[in-house]
Parts: sequence; structure tokens; C-alpha cells
Amino acid sequence: MAEKVSNKSVLLNPFSKNNPVIVQVLGICSVLAVTAKLEPAIVMGISVIAVLAFSNVIISLIRNTIPTNIRIIVQLVVVAGLVVIVDQLLKAYTYDVSKQLSVFIGLIITNCILMGRLEAFAMANKPWPSFLDGIGNGAGYAIILIIVGFFRELLGSGTLLGYTVVPQWCYDHGYVNNGLMILPPMALIVVACIIWVHRLLNKDLQED
Amino acid sequence: MNKQSNIYTTIYIIVLVLIVGTALAATSLALRDRQQANADADKMRQILAAAHITPPADEIISDYTRHIIETKVINSKGETIEGDAFAIDVAAQVKLPADQRRLPVFVCRLDNDQLKYILPAYGAGLWGPIWGYIALDADGSTIYGAYFAHQGETPGLGAEIEKPKFCNEFTGKHLFKNDIFMPIAVVKAGQVPQGDEDYVDGVSGGTITSKGVGDMLSNSLTPYEAYLKTLSAK
Repeated sequence: MAEKVSNKSVLLNPFSKNNPVIVQVLGICSVLAVTAKLEPAIVMGISVIAVLAFSNVIISLIRNTIPTNIRIIVQLVVVAGLVVIVDQLLKAYTYDVSKQLSVFIGLIITNCILMGRLEAFAMANKPWPSFLDGIGNGAGYAIILIIVGFFRELLGSGTLLGYTVVPQWCYDHGYVNNGLMILPPMALIVVACIIWVHRLLNKDLQED
Repeated sequence: MNKQSNIYTTIYIIVLVLIVGTALAATSLALRDRQQANADADKMRQILAAAHITPPADEIISDYTRHIIETKVINSKGETIEGDAFAIDVAAQVKLPADQRRLPVFVCRLDNDQLKYILPAYGAGLWGPIWGYIALDADGSTIYGAYFAHQGETPGLGAEIEKPKFCNEFTGKHLFKNDIFMPIAVVKAGQVPQGDEDYVDGVSGGTITSKGVGDMLSNSLTPYEAYLKTLSAK
């Protein structure tokens, strides 16, 4: 990370060219778990953005004081602390959502995107670029989560954010919700479809 | 200063852990009341849901205090004992032998002045705990409504036990058949239980969860037998 990159590209690259989910293929496990409905996907996305941005800033602030041989432990302590705080806040202010997300918030700690960004970016950059990097990568992750959640809830339950959007006459004419969309395998398939479309549009990402 | 020395490393991690620990303790203390209030309100919502009362989120507490006119704790002989029914941890109680259990009863008065008796149940599904509340008519036998919930059953399969389609099957079933206490059996669709107890169809594809519901009802409701008999005698 020695080369100089502009703040703008630090913030915007993760949305498409360097997206953590569909290009680096990190954090797939939580994409499977929380995207059966749109609302938990959105909350999970926001939580990851918050945790990633603040842990990036904190690690970046103390990066020059961290002893090299325990740096991973220091990163873990900071991330775990932030995750627990987010979990507590969700329990206090959005109880229903926190019930749905339950263990997955705790599992943000093990989300590879976090450790990856801390190790690859925050340890070597100033707080402000690190903050932008956290926001960018978190948002890149959140966008994929929301796209997957959108299709899974729409096709699997016929609702969006809990509101019925598939009109009743569709059901009257024989349309049925696809129960398979609610099950985890379809999250992988939807992610794969997104990757497919994304690579079609970005020739330079295609491997030989 | 040598940042790679053992002393520096040790002091560094101790200070870091102290700071993070303090921050966590402060958050937890600051939010505890709110979290407890949320958890309580959620429990009230579930209790009311068994009696088909589904208030919006901001009216749960007022509706609960209006409808639940009495709560009591009984033992397996049907005698009322000391205690706060709402605070009883049903999950811990169902693991005890029946004669040592403290059994909560929530007496609910509907808008039409009918009395319903709401009993909690707790058991195991396929992946984790399942629980529910059963509302009984004043005869102590006829089921007025049922509410089931689960922690992590498979969506679309076992998780269907929380859907109205499954819960409403219980309405109108009887716990007493010819004065013999027989909790509702949950069987595969199309089958009938061996005894002549009332039964409902399980969720297709959710066999183990459905069986869990049956076992939960049997284990959780059986200690109420004596109490329910006194109700039906009235």
C-alpha cells in the first residue's frame, strides 16, 4: 500500500472494481445468512459500515504504537468491542431486527472483510483515508447484501420490507412464491448471477 | 522506546483491554433498562398473541395491563404458590421434575369479558429451542388460541410453526378427552395418533420441529393437569 491513491478512489473503488463481495469474494457467509428478507440485510449492511469505518479509524490512529507481534490480537479486540456495542445498541433500539440478526451481528467479528481492511489498509494509512476506506468497503458489501435481499424477498415471499408487493391477481392466476429463494443456496446463486453480470460489464475483470 | 519489547507489548495489551472493557461495561449499563423493557414487551406481545390479541408495538404494555387481569404461580398439585409469574424462566422450569416446577398462569380477560387462561410452553425443535403460549377457554380444556416461536428453525419448513396456518389448527381442540388429560398430538399430515387424543397436522418437511411441538406441549402442559381439572370443575 505504498503507492499514493486518491481519497476518492479509496471511497469509490470498493463499489464496483474492487467490491469486497463480488470481486474479492469475501464475507460470503453473512450474505447467505441475513438476506432472506430485505430489512435485516439493510441493518446488517449499516452495522458493517459502522463497525468497519470506526475500527479502521481506531486502528489507523494507533497503528504506529501497535507492537507488530500482537497486531492481529489488537485488531480483534477493537473489532470485538465495537461489534458488541453495535449489538447492544440494536437490542436497545431495534429489538425485532436484533432478534432476527441475533448471532450474525456477533459474527461480524469473523467477517473477513474487516480483518482484511484493517490489515491491508488501516495499518498503513492515515485515519481519514482509512475512514473512507471503511465506508467504501462497508457500502460495497451493503449494496450486494441489499440487491440479494431484494430479489430473495421479492421472489421468495412476494413482499418487500414486509409489505406485499406481488398483487393478489397474480396469485389468483397461478403465481406462487418460490420457497427455494428463502433457503441459503439461492443466496449463492443470486450472488453468482450478480458476479456474472458485473464481469460482463467490466471486461478488465474477466480472467482468461 | 523499543516497541517490540515484551514489557511494552504486555503493558500495551493490558491498557487496551482495560479501555475496551470499560467502554463495553459503560454501554451495557447505559442500555440495560431499555433492553430489558424491550424483552419484557416482546414477552407480553407473545402472551397476548396466544389469545389473538395483536396490538401495535406502542400499545403492547397498555393492552397487556388491560387484558391480563391476574397472574399467578401454581405447583403441580394445582395450589397457588408465591412468586411473580411473569419473571419465571420457563426454559429452566421445564427441565425440572413435574412436582418441583413453578408454573405460571396468565389470566386474560377479552373485550367481551370472556376469561382465557394462558399457559407457557418450552421445548426443543430441530436446530434450537422452540416455545409458545396456549390460551385455554374457562373450561380448562378447549384451546382458544396458540402462539409458537422458534430461534432458528429452517425457513419455509420447521419455521412454519410460527405461521397462523399452523397455530390456528389448535383452536377448538381439547386437552381433556372423557375426563382424561391428553395434550394435543402433532402428527404427520394424513396420519392419526395411536390414542384417541385430539391432534393437529404437523408441518410438511418440518417433521422433527413438529414432533418437538408435540413433545413440548406434552412436557410443559402435563404438570397443569390438576389445576386445569379445578377449572373445569367450576
